[in-house]
Amino acid sequence: MLAQLVRWSRIKSPWVLHLNTGACNACDIEVLASLMPRFDLERFGVQLKGTPRHADVIICTGPVTRQTKDRIIRVYEQVPDPKFVVAVGACAMSGCVYRGMYNVIGGIDQVIPVNAYIPGCPVRPDAFIDGVVKLLGSL
Amino acid sequence: MEEFTVPIGPQHPALKEPISLRMTFDGEVVKHVDVRLGYNHRGMEKMAEERSYIQNLYLTERICGICSHSHTTCFAQGVEKLMEIEPPKRGLYIRTLVAEIERVHSHLLWLGVAGHEAGFDTFFMYTWRDREIVMDILESISGNRVHYAINTFGGVRRDISETQKQTILDSLSLLKQRTDYYANIGTTEPTFVARIKGVGKLSKELALSLCAVGPTVRASGIKSDVRKDDPYAVYNELPFEVCTADTGDVLGRVVVRVNELFECYKMIEFMLKNLPAGDIAVKAPRRVKENEVVSRYEAPRGENLHYIKSNGTDKPERLKVRAPTLANYPATVEMLKGCFIADIPLIFAAIDPCICCAERMVELVNDKNGEANIVSFSDLKKLASEQYKKCGNKPEPVSIAKQLEKIRRKS
Repeated sequence: MLAQLVRWSRIKSPWVLHLNTGACNACDIEVLASLMPRFDLERFGVQLKGTPRHADVIICTGPVTRQTKDRIIRVYEQVPDPKFVVAVGACAMSGCVYRGMYNVIGGIDQVIPVNAYIPGCPVRPDAFIDGVVKLLGSL
Repeated sequence: MEEFTVPIGPQHPALKEPISLRMTFDGEVVKHVDVRLGYNHRGMEKMAEERSYIQNLYLTERICGICSHSHTTCFAQGVEKLMEIEPPKRGLYIRTLVAEIERVHSHLLWLGVAGHEAGFDTFFMYTWRDREIVMDILESISGNRVHYAINTFGGVRRDISETQKQTILDSLSLLKQRTDYYANIGTTEPTFVARIKGVGKLSKELALSLCAVGPTVRASGIKSDVRKDDPYAVYNELPFEVCTADTGDVLGRVVVRVNELFECYKMIEFMLKNLPAGDIAVKAPRRVKENEVVSRYEAPRGENLHYIKSNGTDKPERLKVRAPTLANYPATVEMLKGCFIADIPLIFAAIDPCICCAERMVELVNDKNGEANIVSFSDLKKLASEQYKKCGNKPEPVSIAKQLEKIRRKS
C-alpha cells in the first residue's frame, strides 16, 4: 500500500535538475522551451529545481569537459535516491562534434550512469517530452 | 565588519550555464568579484585546425546555440574574403534575414530571462510563448529550430518561396502587436521598473574604457554598432537606427533591446518586400590561398570577431574567436561592485551572458613536471607582475584599477 503510494507520487511529480556540463546552449534553451506554455511539460508534474537535493531526475546537456567532471559526480551524489539521469542531445550521448577535442571526455555515461538517452542536435521539445514520458512509463 | 567570500557557481540556480564567480562581501554589499572560466571550454579553436573549411562551418555553428547564425556568418564572411568570392544579392538578403530573425528570438528570450530574474515570471512565460512564433519562422526557412545551418561559402543553402514570405509577414504583424505590449510593460509597469531602475549602473566613460559591446554599451549612451559602423552583408541598404539609452542601468538595457526588436521588424519587412531575384549561392573553391582576415559581425549580444589564417590547404591554420560576452566581463565586474547580493543574478543576466561562446581560457603548464592548472584573471595579473619584476623591469606604477578610480571620480 505504502509502496504503491510512493510509486504514484514519484511518477506524478518528477522534479528535475538541469545540469549544463559544457553544452552549446542549444539543448538548454530547448529544454527550457519545453517547460514553457506551448509544450508545457509541467502538465506531467515536471518542475525545474535549482538544487540537486530537491531533484529526482538530472537532465544533462552537453559533453563532459575536464573541468566539470568532478562537479558532475558531486552533483550526482547529492541527489537523493532513487535518482535518474537523462542525457539530452547528441553531445551528452557521445560527444557529437566535440568528440576528440583535448578538453572533452565524451558522453555523460563516461562519468555517471545514464537511464535515458534523447537524440538530436539540438533535441526538439517534442522529442524531449517523449523521452521524459517514456522514462516515467518505465517506473 | 569582516569581509567574507562566497562562491557562486559553477552549478547555481541563478546561472543557467557553468561559470564560477568568487565574490567578496561586506555585509550585503559586493566588494570584489573574481570571474573563473573554463567549465565550458571544449577546445574548439584547436579542433578547427584539423577540419576542412566546410566542416568548420558546422563546428562554428556549435560554438553557441543561441547566436549560432552569427558565428557561422562571421566565419563564412571571413572565408569568402579569403576565397575572393562574392555571394549573390539574394543569398546575402536571406542570410541577413535569418540574422535579424535570430536577433528577434534572442532578444525575446533575454526579455523573458530578465523578467524571471526580477521575479516577474508571467512576463517570462509570455515572451517565451511568443518566441515560439519566431522559432516556427526559423524552422520554415531552415528546417531546424536552433542550429539553422543556412550558410554555406558563397551564399545560402535554401531559398524562400512566395508562400513562405507571406506567412512570415503575417506572423510579423502578430509579433509587432505583442512587442508593443511588452514595451509598455517593460518600461512603465511600476513594480518591474522599480526593480530594475538604477541597478547595475555603468557610466559612459567606464563603458568606453572597459570596451563593453552590444546592448550593454548602447544602454550607456554610446552609438556603437558594427552594422552601422562597418556595414557587412546588405546592412548599408537597410533602413534602421542604432538604439541607445542613456540611463546605463538594467532598465536602459531593456529599453535598448525592446527598441531593437522594432528595428528588426522594420528590417525583416523591408528585406522580404525587396528580395532581389537570382541565384542564392555561387560555387566556392575547396582550397584557400595563404592569407589572413578579420571578420566582424554584430551578434545579438554585441560585436563578434573571427580571425582566420589560411595556409593554402583546405584547412585553416588558425581560427580565433572573440565572442561578445568575453568583451563584456570587465564591465560586468565593475557593475557588480557595490551592488547587493539580490541584484547579482539580475545584473549578470543583463549582459545576456553566453558562457559557451566566451570560454577561452588560460592554462599554465609547468614545463618541469607537466602539471597543468587553470589560472584566474587576478592570479595571472599577479604572476605577470612578479615575472616582470624578476626580469629587472618595474611594473607600471599606475595600475588599471587606479585609472578606473580616476575615471569614476571624474564621473
